[in-house]
Amino acid sequence: MDSKTKIEKIKKDNTSLSNAEGKEKEKEYTTLNLGPTHPATHGIFQNVLKMDGEIIVEAESTVGYIHRAFEKIAEHRNYYQITTLTDRLNYCSSPINNMGWHMAVEKLFNIEVPKRAQYLRVIIMELSRIADHLICNSVIGVDTGALTVYFYIFSLRERIYEIFEEICGARLTTNIGRIGGMERDFSPKAWATLDVFMKELPLALKEFENLLVRNRIFMDRTIGCGAISAEMALQYSFSGPNLRAAGVDYDVRAMNPYSSYEEFDFIIPVGTNGDTYDRFMVREEEMWQSLSIIQQAIVKLKKEPVGIFHADVPDFFLPPKEDVYNNMEALIYHFKIVMGETNIPKGEIYHAVEGGNGELGFYIISDGGRTPYRVHMRRPCFIYYQAYTEMIKGSFLSDAILTMSSMNVIAGELDA
Amino acid sequence: MDKEALLITVQEKLKAQFGDGLISSELLVDYPVFTLRRDIICDVVKFLYDDEELSFQYLTSLAGLHYPENKGHELGVMYNLHSLTKNYRIRLKVFFSVSDPNVPSITPVFKGANWMERLEFDFFGILFKGHPNLKRIVNVDDMNYHPMRKEFPLEDTTREDKDDKMFGR
Repeated sequence: MDSKTKIEKIKKDNTSLSNAEGKEKEKEYTTLNLGPTHPATHGIFQNVLKMDGEIIVEAESTVGYIHRAFEKIAEHRNYYQITTLTDRLNYCSSPINNMGWHMAVEKLFNIEVPKRAQYLRVIIMELSRIADHLICNSVIGVDTGALTVYFYIFSLRERIYEIFEEICGARLTTNIGRIGGMERDFSPKAWATLDVFMKELPLALKEFENLLVRNRIFMDRTIGCGAISAEMALQYSFSGPNLRAAGVDYDVRAMNPYSSYEEFDFIIPVGTNGDTYDRFMVREEEMWQSLSIIQQAIVKLKKEPVGIFHADVPDFFLPPKEDVYNNMEALIYHFKIVMGETNIPKGEIYHAVEGGNGELGFYIISDGGRTPYRVHMRRPCFIYYQAYTEMIKGSFLSDAILTMSSMNVIAGELDA
Repeated sequence: MDKEALLITVQEKLKAQFGDGLISSELLVDYPVFTLRRDIICDVVKFLYDDEELSFQYLTSLAGLHYPENKGHELGVMYNLHSLTKNYRIRLKVFFSVSDPNVPSITPVFKGANWMERLEFDFFGILFKGHPNLKRIVNVDDMNYHPMRKEFPLEDTTREDKDDKMFGR
């Protein structure tokens, strides 16, 4: 056998496949129901595809399968109770959502959070960004057929969850932090686990990149797959890694810094083509940047007074439980907060943070009542997923699966 | 340009272009907010998109509002616009009666407004004129009300064991 025989990829415009005799035949289309519970789509999404053989001609998305009316529920809950809802938006990086909510409420209540608490929050947020990107990137590996990388990298995500567990007691839906700061200081065990993680991550990430970044099969599968131009991405209000992969350097952390991000030194990686490979590479680089931000935050923390982890706002910050039982003042404030007897300022604010998937914004209208009058959550997934049908038009079905996983569409955030 | 200067600049430009279409403008915490007549909203968004000095070319979010006490202006829509090149953020608002919930769609300017407007139609029953595909998005198709309106309570109204007299809404 001739070893030099080239294996050519099937081109999309190869007419010889569909028209064997070269004659004009009337096209026959197949309707394919991708989802709601398709094993290749990670979450509950439905896409009705009109297929010409393996190629998608038209698509229509249906969303709302796990809609839980968060905005309505939020109108009936105290401000401190809404983090349980934000947890369940992008559940791969729930601490960022929690912090985003706390910061939005602090902006409304005009609370200044001490520097040390801000740095603690930065550590938590960057850890969860790494967890989010780890999942997304390893899932891209799975969808291209490289299952191994997924298992390699998951031990690291486990390490992050151990840190969360040590800080707040929960792993996935963390409900971490409080209005005014953190609920408690990091324990020595949390610091120790963080140290281990900081040593493990660079090694594991290097190994992960060795397996995928210059892997011929991976590159062939992902380069040019599900590309979107910068103009189109902006038209569709893309944000986060998906927008940056298209070449727009918009990052909320840099443009509208919150929680002292202006003091940190980090690079915003951008892509050029906006395809799956670029999205993968942008997320990969962001993990390295997050690692560097955490290192900087640890250094900064050492200069701050020890033991401060929340602002002195007894009207809004729930006192520790042991004080509630033993301390009159704490009991009073506990009662006031839980029963909604504190004075809530009137006003309306919008606050955005850079979530795992992009600009996660909270728009709150307060009429002075114990619950918000109106809460609107800007969920990045919901906004950019509408471009999906346009992005997969004319591509193979297998590429459509890859496009979806590289966009990191999380059902919880999509449907809210 | 700081927030006050931005407020005045946009205010002047909108006044010059649309006259009395601009109903009010104020600075709310950190956002310049402009209340507009509803029929010009798409033109205003287009005008701000094309303006070279401001170039509000990014639609951050869009949300429906419902104030049942404001008779004649019960429903509303707010638009958060962002100028990525200059890093300006402003908010536009329109209000209209619940009996005539029509507002021009801004999908000709921003493609991304498509689902956002569908969501607000779904929840508030706001009819966006000129929208290419205005149907329910997250709720079931045969739902016959718009659940985010204030008249629909969260709890089951037939229950008697829950009394809101003591602890607010």
